[in-house]
Amino acid sequence: MQKVNRLQPFFENLVFERDDNHMIINFGPQHPSSHGQLRLILELDGEKVAKAVPDIGYLHRGMEKMAENMIYNEFLPTTDRMDYIASTSNNYGFALAVERLLDLDVPRRAKVIRMMLLELSRITSHLFWLATHALDVGAMTIFLYCFREREFAMDLFEDYCGARLTHSAVRIGGVPLDLPKGWLENLAKFLDKLPNDIADYEGLLDQNRIWKMRLEDVGIITPKMAQSWGCSGPMLRGSGIAWDLRKEEPYELYDEVEFDVPVSETCDSYGRYKLHMKELRESIKILQQLIPMYKETGPELMAHAPSYISAPKEQIMTQNYSLMQHFVLVTQGMRPPVGEVYVATESPKGELGFYINSQGDPYPYRLKLRAPSFWHTSILQELLVGTYLADVVTIIGNANIVFGEIDR
Amino acid sequence: MRKYFDKKNVQAKPYYTDRFHKVPHIPKEDIATDEVFAKDVKDLESSFFIKEAYIQKGQLVIYINPKDNVEVLKFLRDKLSYNFLSEHSAIDWLAKSGEFEIFYQLLSTSKHKRMRVKFFIKEKEEIKTVSNIYKSADWAEREMYDMFGICIVGHHYMKRILMPDDWYDHPLRKTYPLHGDEAAQWYEVDKIFGKEYRDVIGPEERDSAKIVQEDTYNFSRIKHEVPFGAPYSDEQTQTDYQEEGGIVIVKKLKKSESKILKERR
Repeated sequence: MQKVNRLQPFFENLVFERDDNHMIINFGPQHPSSHGQLRLILELDGEKVAKAVPDIGYLHRGMEKMAENMIYNEFLPTTDRMDYIASTSNNYGFALAVERLLDLDVPRRAKVIRMMLLELSRITSHLFWLATHALDVGAMTIFLYCFREREFAMDLFEDYCGARLTHSAVRIGGVPLDLPKGWLENLAKFLDKLPNDIADYEGLLDQNRIWKMRLEDVGIITPKMAQSWGCSGPMLRGSGIAWDLRKEEPYELYDEVEFDVPVSETCDSYGRYKLHMKELRESIKILQQLIPMYKETGPELMAHAPSYISAPKEQIMTQNYSLMQHFVLVTQGMRPPVGEVYVATESPKGELGFYINSQGDPYPYRLKLRAPSFWHTSILQELLVGTYLADVVTIIGNANIVFGEIDR
Repeated sequence: MRKYFDKKNVQAKPYYTDRFHKVPHIPKEDIATDEVFAKDVKDLESSFFIKEAYIQKGQLVIYINPKDNVEVLKFLRDKLSYNFLSEHSAIDWLAKSGEFEIFYQLLSTSKHKRMRVKFFIKEKEEIKTVSNIYKSADWAEREMYDMFGICIVGHHYMKRILMPDDWYDHPLRKTYPLHGDEAAQWYEVDKIFGKEYRDVIGPEERDSAKIVQEDTYNFSRIKHEVPFGAPYSDEQTQTDYQEEGGIVIVKKLKKSESKILKERR
């Protein structure tokens, strides 16, 4: 039934070698180190990249379209599928945007739990980044070590919400559950253990000749370039610009905890590697401060806003009016005020922004997801030019891109 | 007779409206309430026409002339130090007024301020590219073209970015249904097999929630699976993967000697 020649679309590279001795190759979309479905069309001059055209869209699910057809609470689990390495950060970004739209005040305990989950997901994300990046560059041991520690963090997530990858553990208005018994002790154990493990990674990589040769002076992003291309997160701080939204536009209780914003002045991949390691340590520092903070909070977990948020389950089951309200909120959805918000949070990858335009309907009129990886992938077309083919792998791995987020 | 639906906006709509529900609005504050923004707007007004300016949720929103977009952004970047373009996209108001609303979300790291530059264009109107001012606009503009069909003049590589090159229509328009249009359900059939096989294969089912009773591939007949194309039968299928007395997956597992850890090592 199938014609053999049918599967050769016209846009494939029909001309391999041209008059100017340049060669065009497809890097991906099924390349193991393209971190998902990135197709890079590279024009090579010998071993050097003369032109790079990133081609994306192989994982496009139309999340913005879906958001326009869903009530706000319905859309929240979909955000898990953006940056699936650290899904809580997406849940949180969306929940915060809607909370700003509704002008909600989240209880303090929920804030502490959210921050714990956010920092834990930052740790899992950075560990995953190091694991895959090191694997791309050729360090297999690091991959296994990082996954071992990541497993611990994943188990903590599992203990809290039951899910390991797509948590949906943050709700609009708070968190659904309190921490289970013994969770804080396990967290403290993990936090005691992790600094030694990070020291192990650094012991293996910091002075490693191959690691340094492959990362130093590779993928240099100058501060000017980083600003122009809209870089954020470690990609921006790796270029010497100290800009961390947790510090600059504090949300939750980030203004109450003490942490530093590490910056790398070298602008290269090795500097960004050091930066990620420092950020892991800062996350540990934040989590350690959160444990005593949790113990001083009251028991409320969800914001009190009857027109937008359902009452606690206990109240729903005992009071008729709360039950009616819950029914309306679940079947029809909340109706936020008319207006627009753009709320940005610091996800592990960078600035994760949610632009919501509400017309007072239960469905957002327009929801734009500003995923950091999208902007970090677009920089590849300038960054890769002039580098060697082998460095392409390093640069892609170092940029920390996740395709769930790029294609959305 | 089939109920009439307005095709101008085919997105999900609330099926219940409360007569007494009064929709609140997020207040728009005067720009004089913030010194930095007041100065910025004053500087801008000296050389550009500004239709409207207000502060909403701590961010400045200004409406400009669509013709000025390049000059305004250049001014904002060079003179007013808005050094990041963090987001750029459009909103579809075609059903309401036949217009698109374009917005640029800007950030100034030195002033710690965010602002939004907005303007309206007609459906077929073109806008000038800003990718030579903020390079991050490069892909944002491509995405906007892909999703809304807004043409951008002067862009170096104006091509669809997320959808395939030969896709029909622009998916984020309100006229575009969530599950795709007529062209979408034939796209893969045409691409892989060819138009002449449309009758053989049939249109692609794009509603992921749809369950066909006879189709065992989508879990509608668990334990009654049949080979592809075979008629459905009521007989229960053998689903055990282990043969009788046959293959044991872990050969040396002794259950009596294994132990479950109380806590993580």
